[in-house]
Amino acid sequence: MELTGAEIFVRCLQDEGVDLLFGYPGGAVLHIYDALYQQDKVRHILVRHEQAATHAADGYARATGRPGCVLVTSGPGATNAVTGIATAYMDSIPMVVFTGQVPTNLIGNDAFQEVDNIGITRPCVKHNFLVKDVRDLAVTIKKAFYVATTGRPGPVVVDIPKDVSAARCEYSYPKKVRMRSYNPTVKGHAGQIKRAVDLMMQARRPMLYTGGGVILDNASQQLTELARQLNFPITNTLMGLGAYPATDRQFVGMLGMHGTYEANMAMHNCDVLIAIGARFDDRVTGNIEKFCPTAKIIHIDVDPASISKNVKVDVPIVGSVGNVLEQLSKQIGAVKTRPDPEALAAWWEQIEEWRGLDCLKYDRDSELVKPQYVLETLYKVTNGDAFVTSDVGQHQMWAAQFYKFDQPRRWINSGGLGTMGFGFPAAMGVQLAYPDETVCCITGEGSIQMCIQELSTCLQYGLPIKIINLNNRYLGMVRQWQEFFYQKRYAMSYMESLPNFVKLAESYGHVGMQIDKPQDVEGALKEAMQLKDRLVFLDFITDQNENVYPMIPAGAGQNEMILI
Amino acid sequence: MRHIISILMENEAGALSRVAGLFSARAYNIESLTVAATEDPSLSRMTIVTSGTDEIIEQIIKQLNKLVDVVRLMDMTDGPHIEREMMMVKVRAEAGQREEFKRLADIFRGRIIDVTESTYVIELTGDSAKLDAFLQAVDTGKIIEVVRSGVSGIARGEKALTI
Ligand SMILES: Cc1cc2nc3c(=O)[nH]c(=O)nc-3n(C[C@H](O)[C@H](O)[C@H](O)COP(=O)(O)OP(=O)(O)OC[C@H]3O[C@@H](n4cnc5c(N)ncnc54)[C@H](O)[C@@H]3O)c2cc1C
Ligand SMILES: Cc1ncc(C[n+]2csc(CCOP(=O)(O)OP(=O)(O)O)c2C)c(N)n1
Ligand SMILES: [Mg+2]
Repeated sequence: MELTGAEIFVRCLQDEGVDLLFGYPGGAVLHIYDALYQQDKVRHILVRHEQAATHAADGYARATGRPGCVLVTSGPGATNAVTGIATAYMDSIPMVVFTGQVPTNLIGNDAFQEVDNIGITRPCVKHNFLVKDVRDLAVTIKKAFYVATTGRPGPVVVDIPKDVSAARCEYSYPKKVRMRSYNPTVKGHAGQIKRAVDLMMQARRPMLYTGGGVILDNASQQLTELARQLNFPITNTLMGLGAYPATDRQFVGMLGMHGTYEANMAMHNCDVLIAIGARFDDRVTGNIEKFCPTAKIIHIDVDPASISKNVKVDVPIVGSVGNVLEQLSKQIGAVKTRPDPEALAAWWEQIEEWRGLDCLKYDRDSELVKPQYVLETLYKVTNGDAFVTSDVGQHQMWAAQFYKFDQPRRWINSGGLGTMGFGFPAAMGVQLAYPDETVCCITGEGSIQMCIQELSTCLQYGLPIKIINLNNRYLGMVRQWQEFFYQKRYAMSYMESLPNFVKLAESYGHVGMQIDKPQDVEGALKEAMQLKDRLVFLDFITDQNENVYPMIPAGAGQNEMILI
Repeated sequence: MRHIISILMENEAGALSRVAGLFSARAYNIESLTVAATEDPSLSRMTIVTSGTDEIIEQIIKQLNKLVDVVRLMDMTDGPHIEREMMMVKVRAEAGQREEFKRLADIFRGRIIDVTESTYVIELTGDSAKLDAFLQAVDTGKIIEVVRSGVSGIARGEKALTI
């Protein structure tokens, strides 16, 4: 039987096992919305802005490991989605975004609501497709999911002209696709595995530096086993938090610009660095010239272009984290040598001394609500197993420092693009994926206002997200830089005329609370968590002048941190 | 160093813009770029001349390979290869200079392919250095127009860029 393109679209999503589609309708996708209306397998979530659709799908993908799906109309629908696509791209998140397009015969005519969406998204997608013929639709959708989810994951855009969704053809969904131009390498090269193990066994001051790739590859188990077997110290990037249990003794905290003293000092002083699914971002390395001056570097990454991009490495291993860790583990079993135990013991002693500095200390006796205290208390109240999404700013760094993630996929934030407005819609995606779990969104009064309209979506779908607003009345991260590096000229970092967040939440049908005393923090958080089926907006009036420490200033090395 | 990179890619509408976009987005240098379909109409072959440090060239090659449309890639500069570029030069060739231009074209194994009372179009093929040398040999005041095809390259011997 012949189906319309719109019906084929829906069947493809069903056959791909898509349960949630985040979107917003418009002229170019009306055929598709009509087809969606006539089925009930794929659930469509109507957001209030297309940016939120992409962030929600992204949050869903980060929490579940399954690709997020988005449907938006042509023109402004597609351009509104771009920020979310770029956010997913920078953090390598699998996502398939369907955009409507004007009919094929009008493409290029400056037709109503036409933009060159393939051109606009090209630099921020893993790949994109324009479907010009309904007979190509099913196979293109299959390819889109395949490309988005394999190798180094990333967002893929499929642009569907309106006439293609109206045209008819026979439907069959391919079980598999093969693309001669796309074959990611997933197994590590045997020779390189041997070289890596030889180097690891000679290490006197080893260091494991692991990132988002471990989580993307669901390889936390393998990582944890390897790290424990070797008793090597381990640090995670902002994107890697939760890949190794944060409460474990071997974990030295996050590294980088706002990482711990012990993590950065261990990086700076190590002699063998094993980088696993991490990309040597400038927020991590600090000044490249001063980076790991005494280390031989092993780098495991599925994307060859990630290797030796910023830092030249000694043993590159292209492959997926899980496979390569298993290969390494086998090879370690096959060799007799082990790292010198005395050297390792001395190394640990040194690390414990650095750890003893307690670099995350803060004033616990303050009369003001300290943001760190709110997060510590949140950790306690949620027993450390909430899903925590974050926006971008100081609150994000404190969340990363003070909420100890013992499991992967619980910490969800925009690291690469640093998109304010990400946290709240991402929390919607997580909550929809896991309706019975606790989902908290850590945000600031600046960030939350970038997607605040989604309070309405949460009412429609009954999403009981807990919004933890660390309200410092400043664009705090900007203010901190201005304090340190611009002689306190606070240009445009002050938030005037803030709304009454409690009333705002209430007007959207939710619960609002304002907390301005330290002694009320725990009670408020407990109360909020007990409101299991309500969205609660907790507006914490925090210390305005608190800064994020430690900090590696721009141009400095990892051993040159500003400490409190 | 100067590198000649040849690419086989899916012959699809957006493919060229992906390559061009990559070079501009990452601020890579691009000296010339040529592209045309191959004997297999589903594939097009592109030749890019670029230059940079070894690290940059390594990144360029990796980033090109990463493009989903790229099927195979070869850095011609890695081995013995032949490089060719075609050029057409329109010169002002009036009574006194006509013989001189003919001689010069002969020396460079060029051909005169269009003649008017006052102009010649000279066609030349060779590596880029040879074409540069020809232009240097001509009095610049006499050059009306120059068009060059950009470089294409092929490996010598058994080595071949095919799928
Ligand atoms: C305000 C702010 C402050 C920040 N401060 C810090 C900071 O102090 N410290 C910090 O660490 N970050 C910080 N960041 C984040 C930083 O910008 C980067 O996003 C982050 O460091 C990158 O993490 P990553 O190296 O784990 O790479 P990701 O972006 O997670 O990349 C994953 C890597 O793994 C590879 N990969 C993917 N899948 C696989 C697979 N299956 N197998 C193998 N490899 C795979 C990819 O190719 C890639 O190279 C900050 C961000 C913001 C917004
Ligand atoms: C969309 C966007 N615009 C601008 C920035 C730059 N920026 C980074 S952090 C920040 C301040 C965030 O303020 P707030 O949400 O109140 O968080 P705080 O730092 O105060 O915790 C700004 C403006 C950004 N990251 N994203
Ligand atoms: Mg703020």
